[in-house]
Amino acid sequence: MSQRVVIDNAVKFYGDFKALKGVSLDIQPGEFFTLLGPSGCGKTTLLRMIAGFNSIDGGEIRFDDRVINDVPAHKRDIGMVFQNYAIFPHMTVAENVAYGLKAKKVPKAEIGPKVKEALELVQIAQLADRKPSNLSGGQQQRVALARAFIIEPGVLLMDEPLSNLDAKLRVQMRTVIKKLQRRLGITTIYVTHDQEEALAISDRIAVMKDGQVMQVNVPSEIYTHPENQFVAGFIGVSNFINCTIDSNTAGPVNAVVTPEFSVPMQLAGPFHGEAVISARPEQLLFSETGIPGKVLFSTFLGDFIEYEIEIEGGQVLQLNEYTKDTSRIRPDGESVHIQFDPMRVGAYDENGALLTVWGQ
Amino acid sequence: MVKKKQLDFWSIVKVAILLFICLTILYPISTVVIRSVTNAEGHVTLANFLKFFTTKYYLDVLKNSLFVSAITTIFSIIIGVFMAYVLTRYDIRAKKLINIVIILSLMSPPFIGAYAWIMLFGRSGLVTEFMLNVFHITLPTIYGKWGIISIFTIKMFPYVYLFTSGAMGSIDSSLEEAAENLGSSKWQRLRDITIPVVLPSILAGSVMVFTSCISDFGTPMLIGQNYKVLATLVYEQYMSEIGTSSNFAAAVSMVVIGLATAVLIFQNVYINRRNYNMSAMRPPQTVHLKAGARVAVMIPVLIVVFVCMLPQLVVIVTSFRNCNGPYFVEGWSLDSYRMIFTRMVRSIKNTYVFSVFAIIIMVVIGSLTAYVTVRKRSALTQITDVVMMFPYVIPGAIMGLSYIIAFNRKPFFLAGTAFIMILSYSVRKIPYTVRSAVGFLHQMDPFVEEASINLGVSPGKTFFKITLPMMLPGVISGAILSWIETINELSSSIMLYSGKTSTIAVAIYNEVARNSFGTAAAMATILTLSAAIMLVVANVVSKGKVSIV
Repeated sequence: MSQRVVIDNAVKFYGDFKALKGVSLDIQPGEFFTLLGPSGCGKTTLLRMIAGFNSIDGGEIRFDDRVINDVPAHKRDIGMVFQNYAIFPHMTVAENVAYGLKAKKVPKAEIGPKVKEALELVQIAQLADRKPSNLSGGQQQRVALARAFIIEPGVLLMDEPLSNLDAKLRVQMRTVIKKLQRRLGITTIYVTHDQEEALAISDRIAVMKDGQVMQVNVPSEIYTHPENQFVAGFIGVSNFINCTIDSNTAGPVNAVVTPEFSVPMQLAGPFHGEAVISARPEQLLFSETGIPGKVLFSTFLGDFIEYEIEIEGGQVLQLNEYTKDTSRIRPDGESVHIQFDPMRVGAYDENGALLTVWGQ
Repeated sequence: MVKKKQLDFWSIVKVAILLFICLTILYPISTVVIRSVTNAEGHVTLANFLKFFTTKYYLDVLKNSLFVSAITTIFSIIIGVFMAYVLTRYDIRAKKLINIVIILSLMSPPFIGAYAWIMLFGRSGLVTEFMLNVFHITLPTIYGKWGIISIFTIKMFPYVYLFTSGAMGSIDSSLEEAAENLGSSKWQRLRDITIPVVLPSILAGSVMVFTSCISDFGTPMLIGQNYKVLATLVYEQYMSEIGTSSNFAAAVSMVVIGLATAVLIFQNVYINRRNYNMSAMRPPQTVHLKAGARVAVMIPVLIVVFVCMLPQLVVIVTSFRNCNGPYFVEGWSLDSYRMIFTRMVRSIKNTYVFSVFAIIIMVVIGSLTAYVTVRKRSALTQITDVVMMFPYVIPGAIMGLSYIIAFNRKPFFLAGTAFIMILSYSVRKIPYTVRSAVGFLHQMDPFVEEASINLGVSPGKTFFKITLPMMLPGVISGAILSWIETINELSSSIMLYSGKTSTIAVAIYNEVARNSFGTAAAMATILTLSAAIMLVVANVVSKGKVSIV
């Protein structure tokens, strides 16, 4: 049965270093939940605490209502897929997949058909009798997947399972994983540092940094409404433009970029001082009016053109213009004016906290 | 909720290993320490040490040991480094074969060199008599210090060779290319890049040579004549003190242990700090030699290889000669073999039975120890690891002595039993198994074990179902080296054996001592063949990665 995983103020120390600073998450039964962050953010540490390979130095982890802090790893009923697959090199593919069932004392007669079914599900039934050394990375990945889910674990953990694959295979395998997870409905906790992969595969994402959770939400919300400057910068590409804001009340305000140019936005509360406007490349557009600048460099990428533009004051921004909207590539050095999509820009204070209310 | 502190598998293993080393290493050595600082009545005294350090005879023995070991170390460095450089850098043919011959020289019974040299250059040796009868030249005697040094050098230089060639083979060629690119000449490169980078390995090999020389017993015993060294002194003192409490022998042992420990500390402090750990992305290319240069390089290499093989060849050849008592007579036959298989069956049987039991103990304890050292790293497991290496540097005669003192009292009374021989072999030769298994484990992916645990298999079962099968090649190749060393073991056996528990090595020693060279040669041939066959097996099992260092 698929389980709910509750992480309650989990803490982890490595010597004096606090690798996890009190992380709380509530992962629903059957959910595909991703821990996303740069290396060293604590995502793998947390995953290994759930698996039972790292001790839990503070707080609690519960599967449904059962506290698992002191349950040894082999009694937690978890499936895990490792970054390097960790296939048993001295066993065939079928033996690898059957390993967990044998450990569970599943009757011999049932093991064969189950293994066959699992291998068919990951489309490698024809490889059943091969040794792992003769398998490609993608095939090993499928063995690792089958071996993990065949024991019908309450929770499935995946530690950067796609990072050793080449780009094309990575995209292909993430679809395989997502469809499989949907079909089996196993609560899945997935660790990655690849934000695009996280957006593509997850039901919800927890963005982590320095042992803390920065934001938890569905991918579209994380992308469009980042709650702090770190998330805005880490997920996708964001331009950060310095501005000053001066308002005694919540509500509409003009963030001043240059004396001649400001950006309208909805303030969440009173604020006075320096701030940064955050805007994605596709939320900037060329216009007759707006902030003046000049094209430094352009890259033609097929469906869009990526421009580097230096605006007045010396800051460099990235602007994407879609080729369905224009066919002209602006030459380097051309003078341009840039406008912001007012509904989609946010502003953050110097600590990276969100100052604005997102437009609907 | 009541918290149950579960006794997991690895905690039990750690405690068991700790008990094992306490009982089989720390306890016997502590008895030697205690004996050395007490007198026959059991009172604490430093008289034993005073006697050693104030008597000219004993100080001379100490000087002899240091002299022989130091000169041997220097010779070994010259030959070992030369061989390593030539074999890693030039396209010499039959490198694998040369390698095996050199390893076999190191893994030969400790006295076989001495024995063969007596056969050739001894008082009535083949070469000696030939030179005297044909050319009327009297060769200088091989008995005494220069004989010991020659034989030690042939047997021990492989340590320097193996360490150094390992390091030379793992220098990334881009390092030297970078130096070349920066404009340095070939000799500058050798001096500024290659030598400094391999120097720690050369020194590590030298330390092995030095400690092995200090502890070797068979060679100086057979060929030293009146030239005494520490290891022979321990034996002599113990033998002359039989029935008494062997306090002075214990004190001499402490001097030897002190020397070996000092050298090991030097190695840890000085050498390990300078170890440049490299794994070459591109190992150095071998240089193709033109005909003239090839001959110039091959001649010294072949001489070294020939001298390495000489003892074994002499032994094998003489084992088929006819003998009349101590004299070889005309003709060839299997008489010597017939003789040993009628008279000395027990020694032969004992050797294989004891070594098989010992190897079982070594494999079980060795692989578990290797595992906790690598995967369950803690202060305790590190200490365990160091203590387990201890018997590697303590002379066998001293280990034997400590076992007699420790286990011939209540509640043990094990002296003269097969059990004490097996136990001493296990403890003395286990480092080969442990080191080899540790090497394999370091290259193994730890996530594979976690994958098994994660699938519901307990850590203990995981070790036997996943880890052990994967590390088996490492364990087996290490165990084979342990086994070869076990069947060759003389110095501890000679202290511990009784009539019923004699082994081949002991029997050879006794046969040589009573000038029965034919039977000694036949038994030595059995040992050499066993070693050679198993070395090839080890090479196959470990896919050529067999390493004794």
